[in-house]
Amino acid sequence: MAIPARRRVADVVAFAFATFATLFGLLWLFWILWMTLRQGAAALSPTLFTEMTPPPGASGGLLNAFYGSAVMIVLGVLIGTPIGVAAGTYLAEHGRHTRVAAAASFINDILLSAPSIVIGLFVYTIVVKSAGHFSGYAGALSLAIIMVPIVVRTTQESLLLIPDTMREAGFALGLPRWRVTRLILYKAAMSAILTGILLGVARIAGETAPLLFTALNNQFWSADLNAPLANLPVVIWQYAMSPYDEWHSLAWAGAFVLTAFVLVLNILVRLIARKGKPR
Amino acid sequence: MNASAATIEPDAIPDAKSGAGADHVFHLITAGAAWFVLILLGAIALSMAWGGRLAFETFGWRFVTSPDWDAVGGHFGALVPIYGTLVTSAIALVIAVPVSIGIALFLTDIAPRWTRSPIAIAIELLAAIPSIIYGMWGLFVFAPFMAAHVEPWLSDHLGNKAIIGPLFSGPPIGIGMLTAGIVLGIMVIPFIASVAREVFSAVPPPLRESAVALGSTRWEVLRSVTLPYTRSAVIGAIFLGLGRALGETMAVTFVLGNAHALSPSLLMPSNSIAAAIANEFTEADTDLYRSSLIALGFLLFIVTLIVLTIAKLLLLRINKQMGRTH
Repeated sequence: MAIPARRRVADVVAFAFATFATLFGLLWLFWILWMTLRQGAAALSPTLFTEMTPPPGASGGLLNAFYGSAVMIVLGVLIGTPIGVAAGTYLAEHGRHTRVAAAASFINDILLSAPSIVIGLFVYTIVVKSAGHFSGYAGALSLAIIMVPIVVRTTQESLLLIPDTMREAGFALGLPRWRVTRLILYKAAMSAILTGILLGVARIAGETAPLLFTALNNQFWSADLNAPLANLPVVIWQYAMSPYDEWHSLAWAGAFVLTAFVLVLNILVRLIARKGKPR
Repeated sequence: MNASAATIEPDAIPDAKSGAGADHVFHLITAGAAWFVLILLGAIALSMAWGGRLAFETFGWRFVTSPDWDAVGGHFGALVPIYGTLVTSAIALVIAVPVSIGIALFLTDIAPRWTRSPIAIAIELLAAIPSIIYGMWGLFVFAPFMAAHVEPWLSDHLGNKAIIGPLFSGPPIGIGMLTAGIVLGIMVIPFIASVAREVFSAVPPPLRESAVALGSTRWEVLRSVTLPYTRSAVIGAIFLGLGRALGETMAVTFVLGNAHALSPSLLMPSNSIAAAIANEFTEADTDLYRSSLIALGFLLFIVTLIVLTIAKLLLLRINKQMGRTH
């Protein structure tokens, strides 16, 4: 039975379009990664990790920016993870089927996609304005707020995947509920929760908008978290927008390190997730 | 075992009584964290409204209808950034929606099985690249490319046409709404594509097989079975992408040009809500200026909230339809 030519053509066109769309999507990925690699590798130098961000016209590195970013990411993770895991536990376990949990789960999904610049404004309003100055603490707090919904989501999902027979086994041994959660469920969900934390780190490592009015930036070495703190994304932004060639190449070097870090984390996460999957 | 086993509370087990106090504490901690998430959203909205009240009181409705943004004279109207945000997001969706559906179709129906997972991961990595990298690439690589190869062609061939002409007239400078919209489109592709792919592959096989048995081509299966069946999820995914596009900051800030001018041409620089806040907030020297920028943040937050709520409701509906519980 022959299909009329018109329908056959529509079929071929649709499938050619789908193939083209996929190539189109992949093209951008490779274009962006290739340019970052090429420009970044050309700008890499040993002083990148040993010297401070320079004034215009001088050479230097990004040491203070790497340090500031690392500190704020670690602090953000330390604040965001416990809140996220606890809230995820409530949504999946202790508050399952309650109205609060349903509402929090819904709102958490919205927070996941909420514009990060607004979170920066929020932290500015409640912390920076009342403290009277920009600070590394404020930057870490805004990163933590971005981290929370990611951890909530992965914790909730991984706990819900655990079969109820595991919980019943714990209860049958006479364990109170919190010990069932801590000793059995967290153990079973560990790799998935860890995945969520790593995804969160990858996300907040590149966040720029929320740091603009919280941590601001600092051209000099500073380990004081109660003062403006240098950080990689804001340095990349300022240097890229500047008219100086030395600053541009430092921005590319920073972009290269940042992209490599984020991509390696993302690929690592997928490897863990594959290993942790049952079956 | 039977269903009743699942409903046994620890309190019902005599030995567990000793742990009841700790149990209560643990419950309170997790509930507190859940309440924190619940309150966070409202707290953000309230603090934005509070911070922007000075601008809203001073300008009233003119804040959203006036195109004047004059920091020196102290007049702030948000029409230009609102317009720029809407136009760039619209361009982004025009590009991202067909491409994302094409990718989802390719990954569920066309690609050889062994290539599906690597291609899907590569597309997802587009979402992992930090937006500041998109911005840098947009400023140093893509905008010059647009200025040299795409925009001259557009203004030569479309700039003199009757109705769409004004959209494509002007000097090809690379920085502008079209470039920003395209970069945004690339950024939201992975969000729409991954949801579309997930729901496409969740369509019950008998539905598709019946259509094939009736003589449908693969395109007809997509158009008459897959898309109608997954319609609410695909629209939900599009709203999700729209929510992302509206609030995207850094990438847009790099390539939009930070110009407070209203122009019909897509080739001209403009501004967006997020870009205006990012560019100007630390330089805002008066209370009214700062309040106006926070008021912009409030508008952005409310609009993305509404868009994302619609997205979430539509996505919940398909879950229910497919019998998933969460």
